[in-house]
Amino acid sequence: MRASRVAAVVIRQFYLLRGSPVRVMPMVAWVAIDIVLWGFITRYLNTVAGPDFNFVPALLGAVLLWDFLARVMQGVTTAFFEDVWSRNFLNLFATPLTVSEYLTGLVTTGVATSLFGLTAMLILATTAFGLSFMVYGVAIVPFVLVLFLTGIALGILGCAIVLRFGPASEWLIWPIPSVISPFVGVFYPLTTLPGWMQAIAHLLAPSYVFEGMRSIVAGKGAPPTELAFGAGLAVTYVVLACLVFARVYRHAIRTGLIARYSAESAS
Amino acid sequence: MTPADPPEAVLSAIGLRRSFGDLTAVGGVSFEVRPGEIVGLVGPNGAGKTTIINMILGVLEPTAGFVGIVGVDLARRRSQALAHTNFAAAHAPLPGNLTVEQNLRVFGLIYGVQGISARIEALLDEYDLQRHRKTKCGVLSSGEQTRVSLAKAMLNRPRLLLLDEPTASIDPATARDIRARIVAFATADQGGVLWTSHNMYEVAEVCHRVLFLAHGKILLEGEPGSLIREHGAATLEDLFVSVANETRPAGGGPR
Repeated sequence: MRASRVAAVVIRQFYLLRGSPVRVMPMVAWVAIDIVLWGFITRYLNTVAGPDFNFVPALLGAVLLWDFLARVMQGVTTAFFEDVWSRNFLNLFATPLTVSEYLTGLVTTGVATSLFGLTAMLILATTAFGLSFMVYGVAIVPFVLVLFLTGIALGILGCAIVLRFGPASEWLIWPIPSVISPFVGVFYPLTTLPGWMQAIAHLLAPSYVFEGMRSIVAGKGAPPTELAFGAGLAVTYVVLACLVFARVYRHAIRTGLIARYSAESAS
Repeated sequence: MTPADPPEAVLSAIGLRRSFGDLTAVGGVSFEVRPGEIVGLVGPNGAGKTTIINMILGVLEPTAGFVGIVGVDLARRRSQALAHTNFAAAHAPLPGNLTVEQNLRVFGLIYGVQGISARIEALLDEYDLQRHRKTKCGVLSSGEQTRVSLAKAMLNRPRLLLLDEPTASIDPATARDIRARIVAFATADQGGVLWTSHNMYEVAEVCHRVLFLAHGKILLEGEPGSLIREHGAATLEDLFVSVANETRPAGGGPR
C-alpha cells in the first residue's frame, strides 16, 4: 500500500470540502437538529419523571452516539458517492490505485469528517444540555470504538452495494442506520423487543454499546465480556465489508461494469 | 539484446478476446506497440476499439489472452503494470468539480510522480493551462478539457499512452496542436502511443502504423502510406470506407 495514493483519495475529498460550504454544513446541521430535539425531550422527561433517573445520559447520550455511527458511515459513503456523481471510476480504476488504497482513503475521509461532526455534537450537547461523557467513564472508549468500526463497515458495505447495483441504488444506503436502529435498542432495553428482534439484536455490535450504556446509567457498570464480544463483532463486520467490496470490484472488472457504470449493468 | 533486436515492446497484446454473452466484441487480437511508436487503432463504431483500450487499462477483464505492459503481466501485477501507463479519453473527462491544478495534483499522487509541484508547473506551461490553473474543469471548453486530460496523461511520463479519440469534438486548430504535442511526446520521451480515432487524415499524419479493426478482429495492419498504395486507395479514409463497407453485414445499414 502506497501512502501517496491513499493521500490522493483523501486530498480529493479535502479539496471538495474546502471549496463547498454545502458539503460541510450537513456534517453539523443534521446532528445539531437531533441534539436540540432530543435535548429538549430529555429535559421535559426529567421534569415529569422521578428525580432518581437522569434521561440526559440515557437518551441524549444514546442519540449522540447513534448519530456518530451514522456520521461515520455517511462519511465513507459520501466520499465514494463523489466519485459516482462525477463519473470518476474510469479515471480512478485505470490507474495503479489498488482497492485497499482506495478503501483506506475513503475510511480516512470518513474518520476525519465524523470526528468533526462528533466534536460539534459534543460541544452542543455539553453546553446546551449538560451531557458529559465522563458519566460513562472509561467505557466510552470501547463504546466509540465499536460504533466507529460498525459505521466504517456499513459505509464500505454501502459503497459495495452502489458499485454493484449502480448510482440509483444510493437511495438504499441513506436509510440503513434508521433501519438498524430499532434492532440495536438505541432508546430502550433489548428486553423490550420481541424474541425474533432480540435474536437479530444479539448479532449487531451496537446493541452491546447501548445495553452497556444503560447499565452504567443504572449504576451497574458496563459488562466487559459483552463489550469485548461487541468489539469482536465490529471488527468482523469491517473485514467482511472489505471482502464484499473487493468481490464486487472484481465482478465489476470481470463484467466491464466499471467502464460502463452509468448504464447500471454490464448486460 | 543485439543491435539488430527491436526494443522491448511497451505493450504486448496476445490473443486478446472479449465476449459479452453471445456477442464477441474482440475476437482474439494480437499486436505490439514499441517505444516511440504511435499506433492507430481504427475501425467502424462497435468494432471493438474501446473494448481493447478498456482491457489494456485493466477496467475490463479479457475473456482470454494476455496483456503485458513493459513486460509486466497486467492480470497478475495490475498496479505495477498500470504505473507505466496513462490515458486520455473523450468519454472520461476529469472531475469537473476540481480545478485544473487540483486534478493534476490528485492524479500525480496516484501515479506516484516525484517532484509533483514542479511537474505540474511544467505541464501547465506546456499545455498552455497556467491561466486556467484555478478554474474548475467543468467550466472549461472541450478543447481546454482535452488539454487538461492530456496534461494529466503526461504526469507520470508514461511508457505507454492510451488515447481514445482525444481530438473528438474539438476544432481543427486545437486538434492540430494536440497532435503535435503527442508526436513530440513519442519522439522525445520514447513513449509508445495507442491511438483510436475516426479522423483518418489525423491517423495518416501521426501514426507510424495502423491497425484496421472490424467485428473485433484486425483486418489490416501496416504503415499508413504502404496500406494506401497496396490497396490502391486514394486516401486512408477511402481505404477505411472500403474496408468498412466490405465488412458490413448485408442489410446491416445504409451504405
